[in-house]
Amino acid sequence: MPTLRDIKRRIKAVSNTRQITKAMKMVAAAKLRKSQSRMFELRPYAEKMEDVLSSLASGADSTLHPLLTARPRKTVEVLVITSDRGLCGAFNNNILKTAAGVISGLKKDWFDVTITAIGKKAIDYFKRRNVPLRRTWAGLSGRVTYASAQEVTNDIIENYIGETFDEVLLIHNEFLSVMAQKVTKVKLLPLVGTGDDSAPQASVDFLYEPSQEDIYQVLLPKKVGIQIYRALLESQASEEGARMTAMGNATKNADEMIDRLTLQYNKARQATITRELMDIVGGVEALK
Amino acid sequence: MTVIVVESKLRLDIVTPHGRIFSGDVDEITATGSEGEFGILPGHAPFMTMLKTGMLTCKKSGDMTYFFVGGGYAEAGPDKVTILADSAEKAEDIDVERACAAMKRAEERLEQAEDYDFGRATASLARAAIRVQVAEKRTVK
Repeated sequence: MPTLRDIKRRIKAVSNTRQITKAMKMVAAAKLRKSQSRMFELRPYAEKMEDVLSSLASGADSTLHPLLTARPRKTVEVLVITSDRGLCGAFNNNILKTAAGVISGLKKDWFDVTITAIGKKAIDYFKRRNVPLRRTWAGLSGRVTYASAQEVTNDIIENYIGETFDEVLLIHNEFLSVMAQKVTKVKLLPLVGTGDDSAPQASVDFLYEPSQEDIYQVLLPKKVGIQIYRALLESQASEEGARMTAMGNATKNADEMIDRLTLQYNKARQATITRELMDIVGGVEALK
Repeated sequence: MTVIVVESKLRLDIVTPHGRIFSGDVDEITATGSEGEFGILPGHAPFMTMLKTGMLTCKKSGDMTYFFVGGGYAEAGPDKVTILADSAEKAEDIDVERACAAMKRAEERLEQAEDYDFGRATASLARAAIRVQVAEKRTVK
């Protein structure tokens, strides 16, 4: 039977925790709003970029640019995006579970796999399992900039063209709503059959200025860059959303716990009073 | 009997990484491509070009709208034009004071050219100058 003082201490501890989770929820909500608006601003651009490329690529000659050329698949690069910080529910777990599944699936099919991890959680996860990582980035989530996305993109493109790997898969959390994220896996490179794999339409003859090669030279890497940038932003917004939900739940749980403990505390207090009263009454009786 | 549909409107979308700037139907578009200024009317052949920093004009039932476009790409089809701009602003939204300040700064940098990246300074000077130019076109009514 815990004493009054024990219960009081518990209540104090739980309400301290509650204060922290509540503050974290509020911070996450503010950050969410910020990254959400950046993400929504980028979305139309990214989607239009996709449209333009798929209409171009349907008539494109795949030898025009190395990013369009599909080589025989030997080594597959898996790019995993997680957060740097925890306390955001199953956010990181879901993505790492999917990533691990994809990786072991590829290995079973005798592909070589290289892994690039973005976010401390992914880095730690693979390190703990002694999985070698090709490249790592930490400290991106929370302050995603186009420049940081560009850095990742340059590395990926360089290694793709240098034939370190022949295909790039990107695994990240897509932002559905504040409450829901979806783990998505997309093929980043090579850029063939962008969009759906419908039969190649009668290729539209585009007029190019200055020339098709020149345009591809800048447009294709840019497309990859925008895709990575968008994935980073989506992941960032999802992370804050997940953290907000998780912290909201934690606050609610703490509330319930405080209620239960308060009840227990009152009961114990009552019991003490009753006991003391009985003592007094007993004492009075004895004196008679 | 086959009916030949003559497209009479162009769907213009101007998007940047910082949001959608414009979306709507227009009659005519003029923009600055890497090889020079070009105009697009409904029914244009599929066309893809890089854009230089410049002015973009669109005409809708006689009214002209002016935009600043800071480089990017344009894709044109018979009934739609998509501008993927690195940056873009509507003439009315341009901050003239800021553009003037940027122009002055770029000019100063060009004078002491050795300290600064020459290419960057010229580019920012061009951007600022065109911004000011576009801003002057804003609807004077």
